[in-house]
Amino acid sequence: MTEQRKTFNHSMVYVFQQALNALQLGSIYALIALGYTMVYGILTMINFAHGDLFMIGAFFCFLIAFYLKLSFVPTLLLSMLGVACLGVIIERLAYKPLRKAPRVSAIITALGVGLFLENFTLALSPYPKHIPPLLENTTWTVGSLSLSSLQIIVIVLSLVLMLILDFIVQRTKAGMAMRAISWDKTIVPLMGVPVNKIISLTFAIGTGLGGAAGMMYALAYPVIDPYMGIMVGWKAFISAVVGGIGNIRGAMIGGFILGAVEIMVAAFFPSTYRDFVAFTLLLILLIVRPYGILGKPQPQKV
Amino acid sequence: MKKSAIFIVLLVILSLGICGCSKDDSSQIKIGVIAELTGDVPAVGASCKNAAEMAVAEVNDAGGIQLGDKKYKIKLIIEDNAGKADQSASSAQKLITQQKVTAIVGPNASRYALPAAEIAESGKVVLITPWSTAPKATLDSKTGASKKYVFRACFIDPFQGGVLAKFALGNLQLKKAAVLYDVASEYNKGIAEIFKDVYEKNGGKVVAFETYTTNDKDFSSQLTKIKQAAPEVIFLPNYYSEVPLQIQQAKRLGITVPFIGSDSWGSEELIKLCGKDCNDYYFSTHYAADASTDATKKFIASYKAKYGTTPDDVAALTYDSFGLLWQALKTAGKNDRQAVRDALAKIPLYDGVTGNMQFKEGSGDPVKSAVILKIKDGKFSWFANAKP
Repeated sequence: MTEQRKTFNHSMVYVFQQALNALQLGSIYALIALGYTMVYGILTMINFAHGDLFMIGAFFCFLIAFYLKLSFVPTLLLSMLGVACLGVIIERLAYKPLRKAPRVSAIITALGVGLFLENFTLALSPYPKHIPPLLENTTWTVGSLSLSSLQIIVIVLSLVLMLILDFIVQRTKAGMAMRAISWDKTIVPLMGVPVNKIISLTFAIGTGLGGAAGMMYALAYPVIDPYMGIMVGWKAFISAVVGGIGNIRGAMIGGFILGAVEIMVAAFFPSTYRDFVAFTLLLILLIVRPYGILGKPQPQKV
Repeated sequence: MKKSAIFIVLLVILSLGICGCSKDDSSQIKIGVIAELTGDVPAVGASCKNAAEMAVAEVNDAGGIQLGDKKYKIKLIIEDNAGKADQSASSAQKLITQQKVTAIVGPNASRYALPAAEIAESGKVVLITPWSTAPKATLDSKTGASKKYVFRACFIDPFQGGVLAKFALGNLQLKKAAVLYDVASEYNKGIAEIFKDVYEKNGGKVVAFETYTTNDKDFSSQLTKIKQAAPEVIFLPNYYSEVPLQIQQAKRLGITVPFIGSDSWGSEELIKLCGKDCNDYYFSTHYAADASTDATKKFIASYKAKYGTTPDDVAALTYDSFGLLWQALKTAGKNDRQAVRDALAKIPLYDGVTGNMQFKEGSGDPVKSAVILKIKDGKFSWFANAKP
């Protein structure tokens, strides 16, 4: 009996440990997915450079932590600010002139911007960089469960950022303007809403969150390289689609779902099947609900 | 009208340029290098390039290489494969057909060496890969016999995997091992499988055999699984850019058992990326910078003087690849692809900076020994020797 009990406890700890791993990965995917979904919501355009802005966030974090030797909070704020500024500049220079052009042009431009960011970083230095530890990591052991302070910080901070975003979008005037623009782009400007400013703000918030995700990713996985944004970016994009692209809460849910699926598949199947099984599950989900979990079907306007 | 005129002028200038560079200079021997200058393992490419430039400069400073009654200068042509398999193949193609090189050194990582080796074999040009330890690199993909034109300066994975399995069982006395490796990479996969095979044949037990794919950064799920299996040692036959992440994440999950690795650990970058976390772990490699012969000491001293760092195994092996090539050229006595190949295959014994090596019975794999290094206070130090 006690032997059975012990095995049970042992496997409970295992499941709980994997759940924590899933939360950590999921919260990073969710933060990045928010950037995709916000831009899509307001411009119906997919900003494929977002994954690379996430990478830039990690590199800003490296530069600030390594050269300025600032502590955790200023590094986080500066990285977010830096990436947000970059996001706004990219929007002004690369996307705004194409706002009236066919959507494909904007998407190709976004891909081009992404490639530019990757290769620009690569040209500066092709070496992977190691992020100096900004936080003293302590690992607590409860029974045989290991809790690392880093893991908890990543999860809690992501949740806090998401709550702040939810508050901005749902409860403030700027948030209301964002929702209004995503609802109708022709009438809303006539009512005195400064469309350009709101679009810039959306870009700033979305890419800023991407920057925060980059920094947290860099803390959790402290070796960064110019290509790190590609795969993570794709996965976050898929999270956004699964949650219902254009829907902010959907992106958060989508991120956590993808994180959980990835970790759980690797935990219970041979880890080689991870991406295969994870993406098959997501495909099935999209066949059942093509608009994502929280998305609403949008009738084509004629 | 104006535009097309400019276009034609540009075309003419461009074609002149092309003619200019394809002009043959008969007093030069062209040697091509394919290195991973960008991509996922840039430190490997940088070491390879440094050592190649040094080896060539030494020969050219001495007035060139004497073949017959004529002295030839060496012209080095370095191609970046950008850490891509397809670009490795196209670089090899370019070196053979456009640049008309006599021989090629590189690429280093097995996943890039394999495609380039195929091109070199079909183009009948000698290719020496300094660092690729995957057996397939020198074997014909169809018949499984030895390739005729592909050689290497390092030992191969079956030997290395066996050395590590025996090291874990013998020197460390650890009977339960876990393995985490990149299933999408030739090198990692090959060595992991051989390790498992030898370890279990010699009385050990592999309790977890986990995989990931190149560019993954999160290993928490696999490591949690490994922790659950309670191994006594964890084998990570992965590249220096990934190992620090794996060890740090393992520690965060409360894993405290020692880690061992293969020659892909042997870069100064590992220490930079890993910090204190990699101390007291072991890996097998090609040479030890701290227990060396005179030739090795001389090489290390001049490399340090030139580049300011201790040469890693890639640098040492690249230097040896060039050493083999010089000897083959001298034996051949002429600047001819086929003659160089025949001379190289017959080199009786070459005393390189990574030890003695010899090619036997038409095989491109040298017979040579390995060393086990221990990471101590951020430095690689000699721990044990393993003879073939």
